[in-house]
Amino acid sequence: MYVELKHINKSFGSFRASEDISFSIEKGRLAALLGPSGSGKTTILRMIAGLEAPDSGEIWINGQLVNEVPGSQRGIGFVFQNYALFRYMTVWDNIAFGLEVQKKSKKEIRERVSELVGLVGLTGLEKRYPSELSGGQKQRVAFARALAPSPRLLLLDEPFAAVDAKVRQELRQWLKGMIARVGITSIFVTHDQEEALEVADQIIVTNQGRVEQIGAPAEIYLKPASSFVARFVTGVPAIEGDWRFVGFPEPPAGARALIRPEFVEAFRPDNEKYKALLDGAQPGVVEDVSFRGSHWEVTLQTGNASVTVRRSLQRRPVARGDILQVVIYRLYQLAPDGSIRLLENKALEGRYIPED
Amino acid sequence: MNEAAMGKKRRRPRVIPGFGLTMGVTVSMLSILILIPLCSILGKAFALTPAEFFAVITKANVLKAFGTSLLCSFIAAAVNVVFGLILAWVLVCYSFPGKRILDGLIELPFAMPTAVAGITLSRMYSDQGIMGKFLLNFGIQGSYTRVGLTIALVFVGIPFVVRAVQPVLEGLDGQYEEAAEMLGASRVRTFFRVILPELAPSLLAGFGLALARGIGEYGSVIYISGNSEKNGTQVVSYVIMQKLNAGNVDYEGAAAIALVLLVISFALLFIINLIQNRAARRLG
Amino acid sequence: MYKNKATARRGGAGKYILIAVSVLFVLVMLIFPLGAVIGNSLKNGLAYYFSAISTKYVASALRVTLVAAVIAVLVNTFFGLMAAWLLTKFRFRGQGVLAAAIDIPFSISPVIAGLAYIMTFGRSGWATPAVEWLNDLLGTDISLVFSVPGVVLATIFVTFPFVSRELIPVMNANGRDEEEAAALMGAGGWRIFRKITLPQIKWALLYGIILCTARALGEFGAVYAVSKTRGRTFTLPLEIDALYMSGTADSITAAFAVSSLLVIMAIVLLVLRSVVEHIAGKNGKKEGQ
Repeated sequence: MYVELKHINKSFGSFRASEDISFSIEKGRLAALLGPSGSGKTTILRMIAGLEAPDSGEIWINGQLVNEVPGSQRGIGFVFQNYALFRYMTVWDNIAFGLEVQKKSKKEIRERVSELVGLVGLTGLEKRYPSELSGGQKQRVAFARALAPSPRLLLLDEPFAAVDAKVRQELRQWLKGMIARVGITSIFVTHDQEEALEVADQIIVTNQGRVEQIGAPAEIYLKPASSFVARFVTGVPAIEGDWRFVGFPEPPAGARALIRPEFVEAFRPDNEKYKALLDGAQPGVVEDVSFRGSHWEVTLQTGNASVTVRRSLQRRPVARGDILQVVIYRLYQLAPDGSIRLLENKALEGRYIPED
Repeated sequence: MNEAAMGKKRRRPRVIPGFGLTMGVTVSMLSILILIPLCSILGKAFALTPAEFFAVITKANVLKAFGTSLLCSFIAAAVNVVFGLILAWVLVCYSFPGKRILDGLIELPFAMPTAVAGITLSRMYSDQGIMGKFLLNFGIQGSYTRVGLTIALVFVGIPFVVRAVQPVLEGLDGQYEEAAEMLGASRVRTFFRVILPELAPSLLAGFGLALARGIGEYGSVIYISGNSEKNGTQVVSYVIMQKLNAGNVDYEGAAAIALVLLVISFALLFIINLIQNRAARRLG
Repeated sequence: MYKNKATARRGGAGKYILIAVSVLFVLVMLIFPLGAVIGNSLKNGLAYYFSAISTKYVASALRVTLVAAVIAVLVNTFFGLMAAWLLTKFRFRGQGVLAAAIDIPFSISPVIAGLAYIMTFGRSGWATPAVEWLNDLLGTDISLVFSVPGVVLATIFVTFPFVSRELIPVMNANGRDEEEAAALMGAGGWRIFRKITLPQIKWALLYGIILCTARALGEFGAVYAVSKTRGRTFTLPLEIDALYMSGTADSITAAFAVSSLLVIMAIVLLVLRSVVEHIAGKNGKKEGQ
């Protein structure tokens, strides 16, 4: 294991930022620390960097216990949330700073900086100051600056938070590709589940100072280990109260249900294609229809709950008040103690019509 | 001190260097130059028995001096709140020729030596001075009365209020006022209901700073006040200074009065901080 | 932008009344006194003016004033940088108390400052034996009150927080990310300060130094308490006081003549202050991210 945290605890006054945090990351991996704000993910990153010290527990990097090693000697490149570019230095001087500190020769610095400027695609902007750059360009500078001293571990704190939505999408792919190209072990912090699922090889989900689940993106998405992970990664609110769906046993008291849009199908009763599913379906009233660009998002009132389904633009449009048949293939049942079960629709007995 | 003990328990690596150095320099310079000398006043004052201490600070002239200092400073600070608000308003909201110069002049009382201000005001408001003659038309004597004393304190205190209010006024979003005006509120109403509440903490802070400065003021007031016990124009600083003059040196007495003055200043400082913290939390 | 909008919105009589009140207030309260200093100083003619400001007392006082101001500014700039670094780059227990303690001299009577040094280093001061012991050891004869070093100390006291007060808000607003980033790359304290922090705070630092100088040049109450020898330990404000208090019409004119020297210095500093603010404001707009 390249980076390993063992039983880390950290409090700020009475606030417990980390409780018994343990995880490990293999060499060359790109890991995401995912959690809502205040879940302690940034604190973990800052402890790995040596910007904060754990109250107890061990941090290992490349087989070395680094608790007592100052941050400057851990061989870490750090990209700050707002990039923390040196505002009174040019792009070139920003990237060269770490090399100058290491007392590299002028020639070496020149070569390394121009290599990095080329790598991140900022050739021609070397003489600019940070205030003269766009958000995306700033991020590229921050990335190049962190890589310049050839760190063995790259840490990124919310690397996409400071750029606007359009650029963010672009930057994700760029950063993922860039890290793969450089081949450096990296950890980034994010509160955006889509971002973590899309970019990372491995996700560590944190909540209230604890690790909720560790796994590959698909594993986290398909097999959430706790109700928190299911809710957070799905981004769909859990259904509370007295819900009942055809094909599912009566839920135990206090249990909530979580239904991903892809777990549901809604169709008009006259639809031949879905005829085979009718005995696993129940009627639902369309409550709301909203246009989402690539699809309609339809909210239905059914089984004493609100269920959301995506509807292809190719299909017949529906309107508020229409009655459709709703089939729920599977759902997560969230028990009050935080445990989670994936239940299948018993009435269908394996019949399943994939999306057209 | 606490820090050292904690450091032993668990090491806290600080990434930014210089904690030990800056802590050492800051605490030792602060102690040697400010805190230890101030504590000497405490020591000297407590060399008196409680009865003696009480006797010193309740002497008629001392009580009168405290009364004069507090009253005149309070009136001056109140005057400054009114004019300070107007000045800040004019400087932030309007543009007119000479605005930059007006803005720079506000700082004059900070830059002008207090003794120079003192003798100048004393001349100006004396019976022969230009302002003194003017005031005499209304039957008011300027120099050597509490009126003159208060005028000197207005001079000294005006920048405190203006500089406290100005940044807050600049930061005020025009939207508030626009929203209020769109709802049909009159300008006067908008000002009192929408803007003034926003400015209140900074006005109070400016008032407190001007008051604190006024209570301890020496150089600018001793010439214009006349320092007459009979007319009630002796200020506390003057009474302390008298006890240091060759001939009738009374260090313990001076220390006792200084201690009371210190307590008043600290209390004011504390209240100002409280107001600002509360305002910060409300806006935070 | 807001300013222009505001101007466009609020016109009318109110504007002119308020401006008139402001101008009148500034005229009466601030400009008249300024004019009065100059007028009074020239009452006996230019020749008298120049003879009044070239006595040996004035020369000595000017020297002491400048020495005290220069030392006070150097000491307080050093202190201000140290304290601002400590209070803005680290979190520690007692931070708030320390910050408040540094501001103490700002809000207490200067007379108390003088008194404090007399009680500590004066004839009956408790630290006097220690000072004498040091003097014996070093073979010197330095007295810390009623002497030039005493004047310097009193000046340092009253101007103590002036530089740190200007630096702390600016450094707080800038945060510590850039310093952390540099430190993680292994940069030492001096390099971080010089290359990263100093460029950010240079205008605030200059501003603080100007304010500190202005106050140091004009300090009266604190210095009055610890300086008793005219022609040796008097500063310009004390010399003005001595001339003024001697009461003859001529000496009062001389007092104003000496005052005009300080007023000229004050105005120069005020202009400098405005220039610094102007440049800093412009740069701030340009560099603001």
